Amino acid sequence: MSNADTRYLFKRYNTWWVKVAVPKTLREELGYDLRRSLQTHDLDKAQELRWQVVEQLKAKIDQAKSQESLDLFSVPEQTVTQYVPPTDTANPQYYHKVVECQHACPAHTPVPEYIRQISQGNYNEAYMLNWESNVFPGILGRTCDRPCEPACRRTRTHEKAVAICRLKRVTYDYKDDIANLIPTPEIGNGKKVGLIGGGPASLTVARDLVMMGYQCTLFERDPQAGGLMRTNIPSFRLPEEVLNEEVDQVLNLGIKTVFNSEIKSMKEFLEKDFDAVFVGTGAPKGRDINIEGREAADKNIHIGIDWLTSIAFEHTKSVGKKVIVLGGGNTAMDCCRTAIRLGAEEVKVAVRSPFDQMKASEWEIEDALGEGIPILDNHVPKRFLIKDDKLVGMEFEKVEAVFDEEGKRSLVPTGDDPIIIECDDVLVAIGQDNAFEWIERDIGIEFGEWDMPIVDKVTFQSSNEKIFFGGDAAWGPENIIWAAAHGHQAAISIDKFCKSSDLYDRPEPTTTLISQKMGVHEWSYNNDISQAKRFLVPHADQKNALKDLKMEVELGFDEITALEEAERCLNCDIQTVFSEDLCIECDACVDICPTDCISFVHNDSEENLRNKLRIPAINLNQQILVSEELEQTSRVMVKDEDVCLHCGLCAERCPTGAWDMQNFLYQEAKAYS
Amino acid sequence: MTYIVKPKNHHPLLEKNELGLTRRDYEGAVSTLCAGCGHDSISSAIVEACFQLSIESYKVAKLSGIGCSSKAPAYFLNQSHGFNSVHGRMPSIATGAAMANHELLYLGISGDGDSASIGIGQFIHCARRQLNMTYIVENNGTYGLTKGQFSATNDLESKSKYGDDNLFPSIDLPSMAIQLGASFVARSFSGDKEQLVPLLKAALSHKGFSFLDIISPCVTFNNHNTSTKSYDYIREHNDALSRPDFVPSGKEILTDYPKGSTVDVPLHDGSLLSLEKISENYDPADKIKAIQNIQESQRDGKVLTGLLYADPEAKDLKEILNVSDKPLNEMDLNDLCPGSEKIKDINSGLK
Repeated sequence: MSNADTRYLFKRYNTWWVKVAVPKTLREELGYDLRRSLQTHDLDKAQELRWQVVEQLKAKIDQAKSQESLDLFSVPEQTVTQYVPPTDTANPQYYHKVVECQHACPAHTPVPEYIRQISQGNYNEAYMLNWESNVFPGILGRTCDRPCEPACRRTRTHEKAVAICRLKRVTYDYKDDIANLIPTPEIGNGKKVGLIGGGPASLTVARDLVMMGYQCTLFERDPQAGGLMRTNIPSFRLPEEVLNEEVDQVLNLGIKTVFNSEIKSMKEFLEKDFDAVFVGTGAPKGRDINIEGREAADKNIHIGIDWLTSIAFEHTKSVGKKVIVLGGGNTAMDCCRTAIRLGAEEVKVAVRSPFDQMKASEWEIEDALGEGIPILDNHVPKRFLIKDDKLVGMEFEKVEAVFDEEGKRSLVPTGDDPIIIECDDVLVAIGQDNAFEWIERDIGIEFGEWDMPIVDKVTFQSSNEKIFFGGDAAWGPENIIWAAAHGHQAAISIDKFCKSSDLYDRPEPTTTLISQKMGVHEWSYNNDISQAKRFLVPHADQKNALKDLKMEVELGFDEITALEEAERCLNCDIQTVFSEDLCIECDACVDICPTDCISFVHNDSEENLRNKLRIPAINLNQQILVSEELEQTSRVMVKDEDVCLHCGLCAERCPTGAWDMQNFLYQEAKAYS
Repeated sequence: MTYIVKPKNHHPLLEKNELGLTRRDYEGAVSTLCAGCGHDSISSAIVEACFQLSIESYKVAKLSGIGCSSKAPAYFLNQSHGFNSVHGRMPSIATGAAMANHELLYLGISGDGDSASIGIGQFIHCARRQLNMTYIVENNGTYGLTKGQFSATNDLESKSKYGDDNLFPSIDLPSMAIQLGASFVARSFSGDKEQLVPLLKAALSHKGFSFLDIISPCVTFNNHNTSTKSYDYIREHNDALSRPDFVPSGKEILTDYPKGSTVDVPLHDGSLLSLEKISENYDPADKIKAIQNIQESQRDGKVLTGLLYADPEAKDLKEILNVSDKPLNEMDLNDLCPGSEKIKDINSGLK
């Protein structure tokens, strides 16, 4: 198996695919590579089928190449200058995109708003804003993958992003009893929804629907709800009390639970009397590694996520002295840190790729390294070494990443001697897959190429109209915040389905835009930009932490630090709103703007307009705000949103109030309001 | 006025000049003038001009008198020397300072009250003497600091904000300056930086007395619809003579105007002010034509802007007086006080 010829082949969800790299010059047109599924799980068959497909894909590339050389000789079309129309700020997505953290959050949590609530000491309100959007503030504040932080404007105006995730945790840590703030579900509407799997996606669907009076029943194969949050995230990262509190907060709204009941047949399940079914069973199957010695060493080789689960439920309480963890993702990081806490003396992580291309989040890698766990990169596992029927070590081949002309990476052996590492146990954390063996193929759920159900990207509905999918079960492994986002959308669809309305008629977000002016120079937000550097979160004493599987490593901000960190937020949701009819073109805003965002120029095509600003707006990911033509000079006001500090100085220096700072609150639509 | 300090953060792509400084390094304190004041735009244009010329701030002396305009030097070049003098007496202070150390760049900021009323005598003699300085009048036609009375530059037909008639004709400072012998005279508008910045750069590079009359609307007292110094009035009546382009010493002329349509004014330091003619009858080297142009546009109810007159070859005060090349403040006691023997020699030569 290991010596199989897999040129042009790769495997996704057990299905073999062909992949042909696209030359750099054609990537804009064709993408990074061309792929086609061979629709088979069998390697031999795939090897046989591939050449024809490879030829076809190569022909497509050649065709594009000849087209490109033809284009070089053709006369370019006369360009007609197109003026940029005035920006439609009534479209909620314009200002939403300015609030980059919120826009990047799959659940569109109103980040600056809850951070401001923290600044004002309103931890309960801050918590509830989160609870509405992402259901698990305390859990996510410890475990979120933080897509918001790389999006934070501060990474461009200063250095490091606001510690958004850790501030979310602050809302949990410092809230009071919020039981009376949680809304009361409506009286039952008689509709019944069955939820399979008790993870974050199902819990989100259940919460949204139970609020509207649906009777929700949740089926979970484990003895408690929580899904991967319980089984895969070790308690030194997520204490059980936090998990239980937030899971129970949902369940206590009146959700029926059936634990220890793995659904083995969808067909049978459908016989139950549910109006709609939601599948949130995650991606529960850890990938295995098939190399020499795998079977012989079976006793000491553990699949990462299964191993973590058995620890969570206290079935496994020990591990060998020497442990190798295979893989470079977050599960690998959790495995190695758990192994140390179970008493392993020598834990090593071996990863195929170079260190800087590892999949794990930067902070998870830092934590593992901080606990003294070496990460051996460029190590490709070759075989398990057995002595006297017992696993004694592993052999690795040292490789290096080589990029070809097209920028495609391949891991090429360096030719060094094989590396032997002794070990007693190996934890395999090289990815996870979905498992839908329990869904019969004749019940109207169509399955696609990767052995995955076909799920509508907007409605989360499968081809069986009463069955909905979400979370990792829909399109493969993601993280908790995505599950929550999916859950909200699926709940909207289920509600619409039960009311027989159009599933594609999605509800609009709720937005408000309110002036923050309090006086001549006073705003109801703090516009004095903090120059503080990102504050570090304190950690528990390592000596003790490494001995205790349940001792939380990160301690969270103390209150003072939390307030200072909250001050680092630039308040990007306080929008610079421009009214052209008030503008007298005095240039006061242009002169005061610390980051030269504002220009008054003659309108032009977007490209030209972006280039003739005070400082060219070359960051095309960022929008420009273009006004109507101004009365006195026929110019337009153009504001580049890229590095605006939202300090409000433009509005303070504006003599006519043509600029105003207005709080834009965007709330993503949910099933219940 | 603004309570917070302007954040020090700047755009990551903010340009640097030959000294490695950004435009932000030439700023001063946050203005305490009314929001929308033309003076703030002028401050910003001065910042831009000094940045583009790569001027070392510590080689600049900012001098001013009294008035809103005279507060402005606090809002730019915060690493320069500064002197906020008695009302209308800035020219005397500038003359004294320039005599003591002619190696600094003298930048006088004055207003229509400071220069056209209380200080007009000082202004006249400063221009007449060709003091090597840039003299800016931030001209808003009103006494803003004392709540909006007419100043001496307010046009006869321009009523006050409260409807009062103006009883006296206005003083036209550029015409006076040309007559008095100033060797660089221009008028511009605070709301037109494309014109103002190159003119400022040329004025700062010119040797001799450079006079800039900059119309600078007072948003609080003189921006109403019967004013002739409001943003919209000036924009509507602006009669630009030329489109200026400042070409620093050793740099190529990059503008591509048709032949014959430009007038070039080579400046003392090797730089060049290249002007695209807008008005046909335009020759900034011709004093008489310059005054005629001003008079005609005034008659036609227009506001003439651009470089009005320049004589780059004129002598400045230092040359006229034949003062030592070594600044007085760098001379030691022996040079400054040559002793009684030397005095005797001089005296005997006068017998």
